[in-house]
Amino acid sequence: MRDATGRDKMNIANVKRPYRGREEEVFEPEPGDGARASDKVTAGQIFRLENIGLSFGGVQALRDVSFDIRKGEIRAIIGPNGAGKTSMLNVINGFYHPQRGIVEFKGKRRNSMGPYFAAKEGIARTFQNVALFKGMTTLDNIMTGRALKARQGLLSQAIFYGPARREEIMHREAVERIIEFLEIEHIRKATVEKLPYGLQKRVELGRALAMEPELLLLDEPMAGMNLEEKQDMCRFILTINRSFGTTIALIEHDIGVVLDLSDRIVVLDHGQKIADGSPQEVQRDEKVLEAYLGTVH
Amino acid sequence: MIFIGQLVEVLLGGLLAGVLYSLVAFGFVLIYKASRVFNFAQGAMVLLAGLALVRASNFLSSSGAPLWLATLLGLMFAGAIMVACAWLIERLVLRQLINQDGLTLFMATIGVTFIMEGASQLVFGSDVYPLRFYPTDSWFLFEGAFPGGVLVNKLDVWGGLIAGLLVALLAVFFSRTKAGRALRAVADDHAAAQSIGIPIGWIWFVVWSAAGLIALVAATVWGTKLGVQYSITFLALKALPVLIIGGFTSIPGAIIGGLIVGAGEKLAEVFLGPQIGGGIEYWFAYVVALFVLLVRPQGLFGERHIARI
Amino acid sequence: MLYRETGQFKSSYAEDIAIFPLYQDRVAIKLLLLATFLLIPFLAKFQIWPLSTDYLLRAILIPFLVLSLAAIGVNVLVGYCGQVSLGSGAFMAIGAYCAYKFGTGIHLPAFWSEAGISIPPISPLLAILLGGAMSAVAGILFGIPSLRIKGLYLAVATLAAQFFFDWVFLRVKWFTNYTPSGSVNAPTLSLFGYELSTSVDRYCLCLASVTLGAFCVKNLVRGNIGRQWMAIRDMDIAAELMGIRPYYAKLSAFAVSSFVIGISGALWGFAHLGSWEPLAFSIDRSLQLLFMVIIGGMGSIAGSFLGAGFILILPILLETVPSQFGLPVSTEVIAHLQSITFGGLICLLLIKEPRGFARLIALFRQKIRLWPFPH
Repeated sequence: MRDATGRDKMNIANVKRPYRGREEEVFEPEPGDGARASDKVTAGQIFRLENIGLSFGGVQALRDVSFDIRKGEIRAIIGPNGAGKTSMLNVINGFYHPQRGIVEFKGKRRNSMGPYFAAKEGIARTFQNVALFKGMTTLDNIMTGRALKARQGLLSQAIFYGPARREEIMHREAVERIIEFLEIEHIRKATVEKLPYGLQKRVELGRALAMEPELLLLDEPMAGMNLEEKQDMCRFILTINRSFGTTIALIEHDIGVVLDLSDRIVVLDHGQKIADGSPQEVQRDEKVLEAYLGTVH
Repeated sequence: MIFIGQLVEVLLGGLLAGVLYSLVAFGFVLIYKASRVFNFAQGAMVLLAGLALVRASNFLSSSGAPLWLATLLGLMFAGAIMVACAWLIERLVLRQLINQDGLTLFMATIGVTFIMEGASQLVFGSDVYPLRFYPTDSWFLFEGAFPGGVLVNKLDVWGGLIAGLLVALLAVFFSRTKAGRALRAVADDHAAAQSIGIPIGWIWFVVWSAAGLIALVAATVWGTKLGVQYSITFLALKALPVLIIGGFTSIPGAIIGGLIVGAGEKLAEVFLGPQIGGGIEYWFAYVVALFVLLVRPQGLFGERHIARI
Repeated sequence: MLYRETGQFKSSYAEDIAIFPLYQDRVAIKLLLLATFLLIPFLAKFQIWPLSTDYLLRAILIPFLVLSLAAIGVNVLVGYCGQVSLGSGAFMAIGAYCAYKFGTGIHLPAFWSEAGISIPPISPLLAILLGGAMSAVAGILFGIPSLRIKGLYLAVATLAAQFFFDWVFLRVKWFTNYTPSGSVNAPTLSLFGYELSTSVDRYCLCLASVTLGAFCVKNLVRGNIGRQWMAIRDMDIAAELMGIRPYYAKLSAFAVSSFVIGISGALWGFAHLGSWEPLAFSIDRSLQLLFMVIIGGMGSIAGSFLGAGFILILPILLETVPSQFGLPVSTEVIAHLQSITFGGLICLLLIKEPRGFARLIALFRQKIRLWPFPH
């Protein structure tokens, strides 16, 4: 695939890393399908959930769900509507606190971690219904992702000329690299309210990337996109995972995309886990087929 | 014994005053339940209704009509004015702001408040107009139990009775009738209600007219108490703590909120005031509302909003 | 043709994030600063029209400047951070009264000794700054509820602040130094010994304060904290999930806003009124400030100036225009007409252009960029 200036986008040497100083393992993308979980050096778990139980006001959203996410993999969470996938992501994020079970992040128990702590520790996410800041431009939206990395205090920012300006320019450079990576240069000064849905989703991805996360949670990143947009998004996700080393947990309805992209899959139905394994295993699992397609009675 | 008598007197007075606040709060709740708009102009509506009533009936009775006729025609005139206002507001302001967020609508009602205050005083005059709608003397109750008896104002009691009647009527309306259900649908989502064929414009007109008539009732009571004058509009501000405590969507909550605010204010003024400096009534209700909000951000009877992302 | 951007290329991020990226804008602002800092005092000094009398300075320019500063403060809280506040008048009052106390010396009787704590009078300018600081502290305190309370409920909570402080400055005689009438006389302003007694001097002080204030707030708003404020305004849940701490963002908004409003309150008392009573900062003032922000444009520094100017000019227009046409109107009627006009304008703006005059002007400027070409 070639970009506007004729460079081969899939060649790893041509992809500029938005992050500085990342020394992760880099994998060469193979023609056709990508690396499988068994090929990767599993550097251990980054996230682990055990016997998670979550309910709101009488509705049991999750019941006894356990799985783990390994560092550097793409983990897909799939299931029919209402299965509890977004709730699961919210638990990983620290937005919901499960009533039962163990939440372990980077080896430590984090049952009651709040969203701010999760963000600080390197978890970023996108949302099912795009949650961009409507009144701001694309550039400003992505810049808000750098909030955690801001060091200058109020007084320094009020004076601006000096350390605050230097920091602002440094963040701007980082954000511009992300904008270039996501190919959204042409809309950087546009108010996000006016952008088409597909581009909004890309901006949201950029905002999450600006946090330089270790674990990226994507909630239906390709919902409502056409084939071309989906291909672009897949390319971004793969590059984020393979070149920048970010672990990705992904909720997605398009089974083709899921089978192609992910290293391992968790299947949820009615708040419970019904399958967990590699794409080939899950594809042939009886319970999964029953949940999606129904069985002959 | 004297102390307890004083306590009972202040308490009763406070409770009844609180009921009068509720009268104004009903108009708010009605509009909020039906359109999720917080109507800052409710106080101005009370002023407008009162001015229309008192000027019309004074004019008629000084032209020779008997008192009862003048009052009746005055009421009808004021009612017609309120309905006309509701139509104008719906047509010119609300219709253009369908589906905007609550803050925009709230600020639009602030704009309407100013228009109404200016226009009503321009047309009807800005003096203080006394109103004699209900008896204003007092009873001395319980003279056997407490020496000197407990002073209870007849006007306050009338106010209480009227408020009770209104509560019953409105509660029945919202829960039993088809119109009531339609109103609740409109409150939840303007665009969705429109798309299933609920005539939003007509509904808002009905609701604002009803709120206007409630304002007229409140004006009769408050006008007798204070005289119809500009400062009545500040009642709207006083009803806010009532609504906070009682919740914005609950009619019985408005009564409870009113009782709490009225009683609390009077008791604080009499028993706490001398210690701190007097004039506590000014801010006491608000600070109580603030503390209620800190504990329950949706008010005592309000609905909890669960965030969904 | 004049307002084109052709040929103006930015070659660094620093240029791109400047406050006035367009060359024409930079020229315009330099001319404006020249006119306000040099031309007007010159005209006033030699009493050349239109500054032949004090009137323009005293009745229009100084209040315009002070109210603009207050509007900028309110804009930070309401326009940029989205926290509705009906208590701005109270914060102006806190700034004014605290500056007054610092300027006239504080004596706090302590129960453990006769002497208590005594602070001698401080130079008025420093007192004004301290008044702003006290206002910021109060702002943070009254901003704490905003962490749990949102939207309309927050507006009611701020009303609690407004009425409470109204009462405090009326009843607690300590603040007014026990004057019988309840009104206070501000000490004369002086800068390093030079007394600021004439209108021109006070005008220059206000102008300098407003320029500095607007500059600092603009820097805050285009930087990191400004984006955090706007994020909280637009979608506070998503903001929290991205690592923006809501309490830091909201409380900093309250602090900055109250600081600016407090300073403007102190300037209002010291530089504009000279002597004032508690009613100068009542709920009417809060509503007036809110209107300035709505009409001028929420989330716009320039809008604060526009809103303040409009709200100041309108009563004067309503007074002078009918009398020009020979129609005598009483002050009462004028007040009612004013009410109707304000209300009508607010409704009109909210319907047609919720982002106020600033947005209308921005649209106008976009048209000008193309003029005389259609597209």
